Amino acid sequence: MPSILRHLLFIVVPLIAVFAVLPGVYQNHLLLFNFVIFLTLAQGVNIIYGFTGYLPFGYVGFFGAGAYGFAIMVMHYQSPAIIAVLVGGLVGVALGLLLTPLLRLSGAYFAIANLAASLAVLHFVANPALENITRGPYGVSLTGTFNPNDAYAAALVVLTLTLAAVVYLKNSSFGLALQAVREDAVSASMAGVSVVKMRVIAWLASALVAGLAGGVYAWYVSVFYPDNVFSGDFSIFAIVFALFGGVATITGPIVGVIILYGVYNLIGFTTPQYFQLIYGLLIMGLVLFLPAGLVSLATRRGWHVP
Amino acid sequence: MSPDSAPILEVTTLVKRFGGFHALDGLSFHVTSGEILGLVGPNGSGKTTAINVISGLYAPDGGEVALDGHSIGGVASHKLVHRGINRTFQIPKPFLSLTVRQNIEVALAHGRAGVAPPAMAALLEEYRLTEVADRPAADLNSAQQKMLDLVRALATGPRLLLLDELAAGLNPAELDWIAEKIKALASTGMAIIVVEHLMGFIEHITDRVIVLNAGKEIFEGTLAVAVKVPQVIEVFLGGEHAA
Ligand SMILES: Nc1ncnc2c1ncn2[C@@H]1O[C@H](COP(=O)(O)OP(=O)(O)O)[C@@H](O)[C@H]1O
Ligand SMILES: [Mg+2]
Repeated sequence: MPSILRHLLFIVVPLIAVFAVLPGVYQNHLLLFNFVIFLTLAQGVNIIYGFTGYLPFGYVGFFGAGAYGFAIMVMHYQSPAIIAVLVGGLVGVALGLLLTPLLRLSGAYFAIANLAASLAVLHFVANPALENITRGPYGVSLTGTFNPNDAYAAALVVLTLTLAAVVYLKNSSFGLALQAVREDAVSASMAGVSVVKMRVIAWLASALVAGLAGGVYAWYVSVFYPDNVFSGDFSIFAIVFALFGGVATITGPIVGVIILYGVYNLIGFTTPQYFQLIYGLLIMGLVLFLPAGLVSLATRRGWHVP
Repeated sequence: MSPDSAPILEVTTLVKRFGGFHALDGLSFHVTSGEILGLVGPNGSGKTTAINVISGLYAPDGGEVALDGHSIGGVASHKLVHRGINRTFQIPKPFLSLTVRQNIEVALAHGRAGVAPPAMAALLEEYRLTEVADRPAADLNSAQQKMLDLVRALATGPRLLLLDELAAGLNPAELDWIAEKIKALASTGMAIIVVEHLMGFIEHITDRVIVLNAGKEIFEGTLAVAVKVPQVIEVFLGGEHAA
């Protein structure tokens, strides 16, 4: 069986199936939804960081932009939720296009510039002068489209598409070229790879993922403020989850979300007083002992991790 | 080489500056298909810079680089690769975390070779990489990394190949072996520019040499003649290479 089919059949299908049936047996719907959102965002980070090496500290900018793209379509154009989600994705891509000059930076400079850009978008959206369009700092309330079940289903579709994209990257010469660019851009160009084009495509793909995720998030919660959907926690969590599992793989970010977000909620419920401490120690341990993520436990032994 | 065959590469009064420093200061030379041209000169004379400009890593600050009679100065590297130029690096630059096979796959898939390049298995076999094909490039020793650099270049089917100190660090047996490989490549019509410090190696494989000093050519001809030219002896052979 070709590995692309194997990856779809044994990783993507089971994961989506589990999250499709879980709402029937587990009553914390919001928690499940958040899992789906973080699974999506962690893979979005995987696309840009794992395959090109750009660390998107301001990744939430696309997410928030997508959420507001959704809100504006619903508030001003009475658009159906599905269309509004797609527009959210497009708004993410548009913001990505606007920020392509950042790709000229590298390392920490890129990360910081991206963070600054996401804050700029937050303050733009939250500007009281734009109250007529975005409701500014007063937040939006989208009761007309409120439908958690449909929004959850849409989130699963977005996750499926995102996973399919990562499976493609893992199994295509396009994905291999991206990894080559990440390893050594000069050598990649000597292999005939158009470095700039590759980086832009990966950047826009990960912006699209976050924009769509932001759209379904807005649909699901339906009432939110700029600070909610532009919260830096989204960027940090998505990055930490992806790194914890191991980037440039399909399974790494999935494992990272399930374990870390699972533990996060577990200690949040059981021992909230030690929450920050335990969580912080866990992440520090990871950075110190497993900088290449959990999957490196296997790859170090020479096992192949999809 | 018949003297009337049009050069594949023509470099004319090429200038490359780093700040106020002229790394290339009016360099001119040409190379024709099937020819092996040696580029020699003391450290810092601009050999690597010349290769970097010809392969599109740097845009020239003056003068012209022409491929098949068309100016290519400032054209992006990957486009030059598609047009038939490739190179190796003085310090090899493989994709370290990718396997040897994947390293080559990238070039086979994106090189847009004009003439079909050799198949993966043949490349691995010819350059002694079959045994390590599925290991990360980081595991290779430096001679193997140099071969991988060369194979990546060959996988794009170059018509003009620039070799930057490929032989440095190889043992005598490997030197003989790689010399034959380079000659065999040239016999297929590939133009090859060889930068090397080992004079025996240069003498053995090149048809002609250009001696570079301070970013300018000071001699063009065979190595046998070069070693008799006082200016060449002074700037280049006078020191460490004196008989
Ligand atoms: N990227 C660069 N920035 C500044 N100076 C450089 C750069 N590349 C080369 N040089 C300088 O240009 C001169 C020629 O270098 P190079 O072409 O590497 O010499 P060679 O390969 O003949 O030893 C040297 O003095 C070197 O320090
Ligand atoms: Mg050099």
